[in-house]
Amino acid sequence: MPDIKVTPLGAGQDVGRSCILVSVGGKNIMLDCGMHMGYNDDRRFPDFSYITQNGRLTDFLDCVIISHFHLDHCGALPYMSEMVGYDGPIYMTHPTKAICPILLEDFRKITVDKKGETNFFTSQMIKDCMKKVVPLNLHQTVQVDDELEIKAYYAGHVLGAAMVLIKVGSESVVYTGDYNMTPDRHLGAAWIDKCRPDILISESTYATTIRDSKRCRERDFLKKVHETIERGGKVLIPVFALGRAQELCILLETFWYRMNLKAPIYFSTGLTEKANHYYKLFITWTNQKIRKTFVQRNMFEFKHIKAFDRSYADNPGPMVVFATPGMLHAGQSLQIFKKWAGNEKNMVIMPGYCVQGTVGHKILNGQKKLEMEGRATLEVKLQVEYMSFSAHADAKGIMQLIRMAEPRNMLLVHGEAKKMEFLKDKIEQEFSISCYMPANGETTTVTTNPSVPVDISLNLLKREMALGGPLPDPKKPRTMHGTLIMKDSSLRLVSPEQALKELGLSEHQLRFTCRVHLQDPHSDSDTLSRIYSHLKSVLKGYAVQHLPDGTVMVESIVLKVSSSGEDPNLKVILLSWSYQVNVENFLATVSLFWIRVIMQL
Amino acid sequence: MNVMKNMTKRQQPHEEVPAKKLRLTKPSKSAALHIDLCKATNPTDALQYLLSFARKPVEAESVEGVVRILLEHYYKEVDNSVRLKIASLLGLLSKTPGFSPDCIVDDVISTLSNDKSNQVLAQLLDTLLVIGTQLPENTAVTQRLIEVACKHLNSTYFGVRNKCLQLLGCLGTVDKPLTKESEAGTSIAPLRDVQNLISDYFGDQDPRVRTASIKAMLQLHGRGMKLQQTAYSQACKLLNDDYEQVRSAAVQMVWVLSQLYPESIVPIPSSNEEIRLIDDSFGKICHMVSDGSWMVRVQAAKLLGSMQQVSPHFLEQTLDKKLMSDLRRKRTAHERAKELYASGEFSSGRKWADDAPKEKVDTSGVNLIDSGACGAFVHGLEDEMYEVRIAAVEALCSLAQSSPSFAEKCLDFLVDMFNDEIEEVRLQSIHALRQISTHITLREDQLDTVLAVLEDSSRDIREALHELLCYTNVSTKECIQLALLELLKNLTKYPTDRNSVWKCLKFLGARHPTLVLPSVPELLSTHPYFDTPEPDMDDPAYIAVLVLVFNAAKSCPTMPALFSDHTFRHYAYLRDSLSHLVPHLRLPGRKQTAVLGSELSEVGSGSLESAQQFLQESLVRVSTLQNLDSPGAQDLLDFTIRDLKRLGELQTELAGSADFCATYLHCQLLLMKALQEKLWNMAVPLCLKQNAMASTAAQQILEETYKLEFLYSGLETRQVATIHNVRLQAKALQLILTARTKRGSPLIGLCEKFLQEVELFQRLFMSELPHFQDSFVEKLLELMPRLVACKPLDLVKILQTTLRQSRFIHLKLPEQIHRASATIIEPTGESDNPLRFTSGLVVALDIDATLEHVQDPQTTVKVQVGVLYPDGQSHIIHPKPGDFRTPGPGRVRLITQVYLSHSAWTEPCQIEVRLLLAYSSSSSRLAAPKPAWNESTEGLPTSESSVEGTINLSKPVKVFIMPKPARR
Repeated sequence: MPDIKVTPLGAGQDVGRSCILVSVGGKNIMLDCGMHMGYNDDRRFPDFSYITQNGRLTDFLDCVIISHFHLDHCGALPYMSEMVGYDGPIYMTHPTKAICPILLEDFRKITVDKKGETNFFTSQMIKDCMKKVVPLNLHQTVQVDDELEIKAYYAGHVLGAAMVLIKVGSESVVYTGDYNMTPDRHLGAAWIDKCRPDILISESTYATTIRDSKRCRERDFLKKVHETIERGGKVLIPVFALGRAQELCILLETFWYRMNLKAPIYFSTGLTEKANHYYKLFITWTNQKIRKTFVQRNMFEFKHIKAFDRSYADNPGPMVVFATPGMLHAGQSLQIFKKWAGNEKNMVIMPGYCVQGTVGHKILNGQKKLEMEGRATLEVKLQVEYMSFSAHADAKGIMQLIRMAEPRNMLLVHGEAKKMEFLKDKIEQEFSISCYMPANGETTTVTTNPSVPVDISLNLLKREMALGGPLPDPKKPRTMHGTLIMKDSSLRLVSPEQALKELGLSEHQLRFTCRVHLQDPHSDSDTLSRIYSHLKSVLKGYAVQHLPDGTVMVESIVLKVSSSGEDPNLKVILLSWSYQVNVENFLATVSLFWIRVIMQL
Repeated sequence: MNVMKNMTKRQQPHEEVPAKKLRLTKPSKSAALHIDLCKATNPTDALQYLLSFARKPVEAESVEGVVRILLEHYYKEVDNSVRLKIASLLGLLSKTPGFSPDCIVDDVISTLSNDKSNQVLAQLLDTLLVIGTQLPENTAVTQRLIEVACKHLNSTYFGVRNKCLQLLGCLGTVDKPLTKESEAGTSIAPLRDVQNLISDYFGDQDPRVRTASIKAMLQLHGRGMKLQQTAYSQACKLLNDDYEQVRSAAVQMVWVLSQLYPESIVPIPSSNEEIRLIDDSFGKICHMVSDGSWMVRVQAAKLLGSMQQVSPHFLEQTLDKKLMSDLRRKRTAHERAKELYASGEFSSGRKWADDAPKEKVDTSGVNLIDSGACGAFVHGLEDEMYEVRIAAVEALCSLAQSSPSFAEKCLDFLVDMFNDEIEEVRLQSIHALRQISTHITLREDQLDTVLAVLEDSSRDIREALHELLCYTNVSTKECIQLALLELLKNLTKYPTDRNSVWKCLKFLGARHPTLVLPSVPELLSTHPYFDTPEPDMDDPAYIAVLVLVFNAAKSCPTMPALFSDHTFRHYAYLRDSLSHLVPHLRLPGRKQTAVLGSELSEVGSGSLESAQQFLQESLVRVSTLQNLDSPGAQDLLDFTIRDLKRLGELQTELAGSADFCATYLHCQLLLMKALQEKLWNMAVPLCLKQNAMASTAAQQILEETYKLEFLYSGLETRQVATIHNVRLQAKALQLILTARTKRGSPLIGLCEKFLQEVELFQRLFMSELPHFQDSFVEKLLELMPRLVACKPLDLVKILQTTLRQSRFIHLKLPEQIHRASATIIEPTGESDNPLRFTSGLVVALDIDATLEHVQDPQTTVKVQVGVLYPDGQSHIIHPKPGDFRTPGPGRVRLITQVYLSHSAWTEPCQIEVRLLLAYSSSSSRLAAPKPAWNESTEGLPTSESSVEGTINLSKPVKVFIMPKPARR
């Protein structure tokens, strides 16, 4: 039996460093090629030596597919393609292709220029790597080679995020990447058609969470910002440059517009502006509202949001500032935080998760005094708020996706083992499909039951359909009469006549005969005519003929009467019919029956 | 007879011409087609001819000829596309009004059995469908068509099956079981009815056929046939179909069945429990709210709203999503807010890890996939497409209206929707909340969220919210204060909202007198010992506070004791200037006003019935007047009119009816005066003055009748007929007067026109004629043959006698009559600053007006804005349909911009702006061939009230404008 093998190199029972190898129908595909944010050594990249010990990967991989531009999904790409060596096609959507190099370059700068690491990929490598990228459109089926085809579906999550359907022959795998089933202010919800893949590889970040309605959170967020502004306070929102930042910007922008507010909103410059540019361009990837209104006004052309300058932080009066990075551990956001922390009118809103050890984590846990470098302490008087704006599907969303796609098997990645365990049970229980959750380096094998395509001649099909009374039920298998010819590697189903003709064979006919002994004093011909008249009267609606050569034909059944040598009264009736159609079998039986009836008379 | 023919011929010259043409074209049309088709050498040409032929209409008489020719060609044609086109043309032709298609049924059916091409077959079936729907009464044809449909049902081509199912759906009958004998060979097939037959195709291999079969079922239902319950399980299966159109139709089907058999019991699969069908289907439709296709989601969400019989238990599940975080149950933000409120603790905002889960969830107990209704609305309200969200809000609203407990529960969700990204959704949810607000009381935190929307920059949203606050119940005095505070904020931010805010506070005060009472000193900033400065009387915010307090004081007699002196003075002032906002109060020590006021209010409150009675009695009294000439009749009418007018002023509920009667009687009175004896006995030159009087009377009556017809809503046909009768009388009067003064040719034309109108009356009000015994119209109609035949002068004479002999018709009042009225809120006309603009260019003037009881302001009657410049120029401006908003039943809000322009003036001058009601009745259209509402009657010299076909709807407002010459 053919099977599909899935091996996570990263993201198996883990978050970060997404990299999953799939071999299906003899094709090897790498899904995502990410890095791990938590490590600074070799562990940050997937272990490509799993694929081959030495040499390039090109021979072992048919293609690489990147789901979206987050670094934990594409961070290792230049390393793999340029330093390990891979020359095959890399597939990603247009927005991902546009934004991904910006992020990679930024990442490179931080690691090489700031931390001074060597043996890291260079700018040129990023460029070379990007040259190998083939862009994908949504719902476009791309033929990687003769047998392998891929198709992208909208995934929400971030701009350009996609789910991919990989298909070889009749075997198929869907990889979701990260996705979001509830729409937000700038992106729509993930959607997939009923493609019924053999395996659905899904992320499971929020495997054990069912989230509150998004609107409540938004409302709370806006209310808090509004109140602070009205008090004359300043609001600091530490964000990572892409994704949530745009959502929050749109949220505030529309709120400002609706409420006619005048307080300035600033966005720290740099990377973000470049990214905003791409958001403006890729309007088709956003949600309904933005897509419909962009003719009047592109939502990403912010009216109220201006670029931030370091000196603005000391300006009097209320303001809202978005600053990077998101966990307040360094950079501009931390600087602004230090300036504003002393005033209880001000507020900081943490829109996402904070890693232990960062300033963000400390203040969220209620620490009122922070030790800064140089023994200085910082008193935190400003209000600290936490508001989760995460764009992953929750448990319900995952279930919804499964219902949409109707997979035969389920495979969970990109989540914590314990949570996965729970979701796995749930999935197995509710959908009664098997669910896997391999760890990194562990291979899951799923046996498939691929359908074998057989060509059938149209004439035969039509003939069979015409025979079958009411139309066939598509849900039920149906038997039909034909000949299967296996020649070379093709399978064909043809009518028996044609098969005989093609194979140069002559037809053999099989006839069944049966003798019936009958006590009858009449002569042979009389007996025959009696039988004939009787059958004629009984089998109305069938052709019963009395042929001149002394036989009776009921359709194609032949009846002959001869008297046995010894006893002239004992007549032997010979019945003969071909094995062909049920009707005739039936008739033969009927004839026999009636002859027996006559016998008894 | 001859004369009459002559006359009609001359009367309708324009009608005769097409008639002649018709006779000429009849043979030529089919002949031309025939020639064309014969000329066509190849199918493409033939197709072209047919296409161009299809563009022209064919008269009913020539249809049959054309059909014959088409059929003839059809038999000869080999090309499929041409045959297809011919088949579709046959369908088109059989739709021709006046043509009965039963003569071609046989032909079409016979072609159907001969044709081989599937597409053509489908088209032919479509033609049969058209024919069948044209002949719903002809059971023989219907039966035949059904047989044909059954025969072709097992075609291999989906289109043919589709059309057959459609045919069955449109024509099939349930009461008569079908025999399938027509179906090939096997006679074993049992008797089956249409539904069974159609339901076989629920499992068809082609999704289009599956859809068609469900649609056919729905069609059967739509035609009033009861669907069988057996279809339910099949329909439920189809909900999981791969194709969205099938699912969409299936959702509808499930809904229909749930409405038909709400109480029957269905088993739950995989358990041995049973539930009501309505609950089961509710759960299933809820499930579809999270379908993959948004069309299906919209449909499902919409249908949910109409399933009111569902049990509350299931209903409440729709709002429950069972929050869970890290395997622990988490309370929703709503629940937390509720608890905070209940414990009295003030919300300190949410902290990091604040939603720390409380109880550990039993893993086996968590059901992630919702078995039924669970969370349907939560999903629907969060949907990506705003169409789904709107549908969900609407459904939520209609369900909540029938279930108070559900209303309570869905409140939080509706309030959340106030924050939607699309304005339409926000507006819709505000409206929804208003509709259910009778069931609910807002908590403080909810009110807070609601009030936050007051700062919205969209006027519609703010006004919808004011409207909502008018109907809202709040629970504490803090809520009242909060609302007042926010409304005052709103007032300072958007001063144009003044009226709306005041009105809102009026209702808020009247609703919660006891909650206002404790905060009165604070609101009025009075102090027990010290005198506080008197607030500025012109401050809109102060007026707002006073409106709140006074309305609360109306039902709270202890409150006036808390007022300070100036408050009383301000009360007197406001009671005078803003009487619609400030109610009458019984104030201590203010007897003289109180007495008058209380009298008035007693009349107002207690005696609606007696007033009604009075109205009826007056009408009865008047109706005893058989003859208009009888002595004292005039006086009686005069008094009655006076009484009715007064009644209308006193009793606002009856104002419409009273006014209507008064106007009607006034018409009668005028008519009576005009017809007085002495006038008609004198020679013409001697009574010029009387003549003039009578003709103005006639003119006035005409105008009044138009007002009667179009200004009042709630009229029934009978009243309209009565009005038309009076109008005819006035027209007859006019005719007589013209005949007396002028002699000669124009009279003939006028007579013809009059007779046409009489005919029109007969056509329009045939059913009402029995009520018009002895009336003018009835007599006229009796005399009609004579009238048509006689000469104009004789006609006038007859008219004169009939007019004077005819009886006065007793007016029968319908239930409710409302008089349309309009007030221009903006511009107020008080401004002294002229609106300056460069002459020749355009300036936009914002108009804000409310219309009351205007029947359908965009279609039947048209509300327009009329601008009258000081030099007599007048403009009529047509507001866009989008400028009309409907905040409540019977009320329309018009917010529009009027573009003004003029050449230079030296002084600022006032222009008059008013609202007009343009009417279009068939009769007035006949009278004035030029439509009265052509785009702009520019430069038409018009005096005060003589704009053709329009009625003044509001008082004119004067606006100062100043066009300045352009600087060079």
